[in-house]
Amino acid sequence: MAIKYEKSKGLTDTPLTYCPGCTHGVVHKLVAESLVELGLLDKAIAIASVGCSVFSYQFFNCDAQQAPHGRACAEATGIKRVLPDNIVFTYQGDGDLASIGIAETIHAANRGENITVIFINNAIYGMTGGQMAPTSLIGQKTTTSQDGRSVAQHGNPIKISEMFATIEGVAYLERVSVHDPKHVIKAKKAIKKAFQYQEEKRGFTMIEIISTCPVNWGVKPTDAMKWVASDMIPVFPLGIFKDKGDKNE
Amino acid sequence: MAKVLMKGNEAIALAAIKGGIDAFYGYPITPQNEISEYLSKHMIEDGRVFLQAESEVSAINMVYGAAGAGKRVMTSSSSPGIALKQEGISYIAAAELPCVIVSVMRGGPGLGGIQPSQGDYYQATRGGGNGDYKLIVYAPESIQETIDIMKESFDIADYYRNPVMVLVDGLIGQMMESVDLEKPVKERFLPEKDWATTGTRNHPGRRNVANSLHLDPALLEKHNFHLQEKYNLIAKNETKFEMVNMKDPDYVIVAYGTMARICRSAIEDLAEKGINVGMIRPITLMPYPKAAFAEIPENIKGILCCELSMGQMLDDVLISNKGKHKVGFFGRAGGMVPDPDEIVDAIINFESKVVK
Repeated sequence: MAIKYEKSKGLTDTPLTYCPGCTHGVVHKLVAESLVELGLLDKAIAIASVGCSVFSYQFFNCDAQQAPHGRACAEATGIKRVLPDNIVFTYQGDGDLASIGIAETIHAANRGENITVIFINNAIYGMTGGQMAPTSLIGQKTTTSQDGRSVAQHGNPIKISEMFATIEGVAYLERVSVHDPKHVIKAKKAIKKAFQYQEEKRGFTMIEIISTCPVNWGVKPTDAMKWVASDMIPVFPLGIFKDKGDKNE
Repeated sequence: MAKVLMKGNEAIALAAIKGGIDAFYGYPITPQNEISEYLSKHMIEDGRVFLQAESEVSAINMVYGAAGAGKRVMTSSSSPGIALKQEGISYIAAAELPCVIVSVMRGGPGLGGIQPSQGDYYQATRGGGNGDYKLIVYAPESIQETIDIMKESFDIADYYRNPVMVLVDGLIGQMMESVDLEKPVKERFLPEKDWATTGTRNHPGRRNVANSLHLDPALLEKHNFHLQEKYNLIAKNETKFEMVNMKDPDYVIVAYGTMARICRSAIEDLAEKGINVGMIRPITLMPYPKAAFAEIPENIKGILCCELSMGQMLDDVLISNKGKHKVGFFGRAGGMVPDPDEIVDAIINFESKVVK
């Protein structure tokens, strides 16, 4: 019998450590499939960050380095500059990228480092147990904003893709979601395009992926998917923010 | 080859190139800017990698990345900048990656000043990063010695898969001396970097991972035992020091780097006054040359530890002395560099300098 579907060869056999209903697993699959389909897996180097995805160095079936909190883009820069023909990508959450690591990320983008950033935005610190993230929504209850995030105390959720769209060194930037099959297919297309651009040495590419954290949001996985559509996407609208390959850009 | 006149910081940069550096990542800070300025021109001309990072934090993590990729990589900075690099240094040591860190000390604490100091002895040998890790720390006293150590430092780092720190003060960085750049480096067998993250196509069937996370306490303890074994081996093989004028001394000075240079002059002046003073000059601060203290004659009147700090190496002198001799301390700080006369006075008035 012909095999119609199997786990991507871009993933190892190590069991994933993610919670039920969390979309990290889906995104891992999309990244792995994209690298395999483009024939880039055996020259890829993954940078795992600090957060729930800290163990991603065990999951992607390629060489990997594990970076200190927020420093993934610096580490990726260090590698890419000495191995310019390899594929180097970071896999970072919103705490890692949008808070402690925002300087490293902005400057890597501004230099046009030819790396790909997979940015998981689930509006919360997952690994440490549900604290407020820079991307948490106004009114969102977290363990460190127990009455809900307020503008007066914490400011507004930071919009990374909108900010990075202003940076000249960015070659491709899209915000996607993985809350339903239609959006998963679109997300894969975006991730694949980012890696394709890196292979063509076009510059910095980043895919922001709106993701879920049902455990720390305190909702059922199915409701988490609905909350992405009803609450997150209105604040973080999906779409292509920059595409240097597009002649209209 | 004929000797050339070179400024310390530029000599460090040139010696790094001669040592086979592939990549440099740094961030501006006084008094070490000539290192990156020199490399920014010559590295790129040579087809090597030079990049000015957005911060010291970023620079050391770029070093981590390139070291993990198997390249010879270096950063340089000065006191507050080295403080910012400590997180990355701990990770690099934990992941057992080789690199070279040049630290050109200036006066502290805080933003401090920009004049020469040895106030970062603790920072270099005790570390500000977390956990039980150690660097290999060299403290040369001249530009020639700095060059020789710089050239060898990449081999040492590669051999032990450990960060090497070359610790000088602003005086060595800024002064000029005539140097021989072509002194041969000791040949070492260096194993292939089969652990480097270069993509699995270069090592089929094996994933290479640079990592410092071990959540299982038993595995993390095992990793710590392994690191300690390595540090013990480094102590056995790489401890370096110089004994100066140790034939029947009345007193023994312990000093490193610039302070050792000043003490050499003081020792000559004291000899003219009929006081015979020897010196232990540690060249490696980590591992510390404890064994040198066993060679101190029984009948000396005391040991004087001299530093451009308020007494940091003093801890290691006291540990190495094991309570055997009286130990005194002389120190200046904040960028104040003493004349040899002040050391002469400290020896003449040794009893007033005794700390233990």
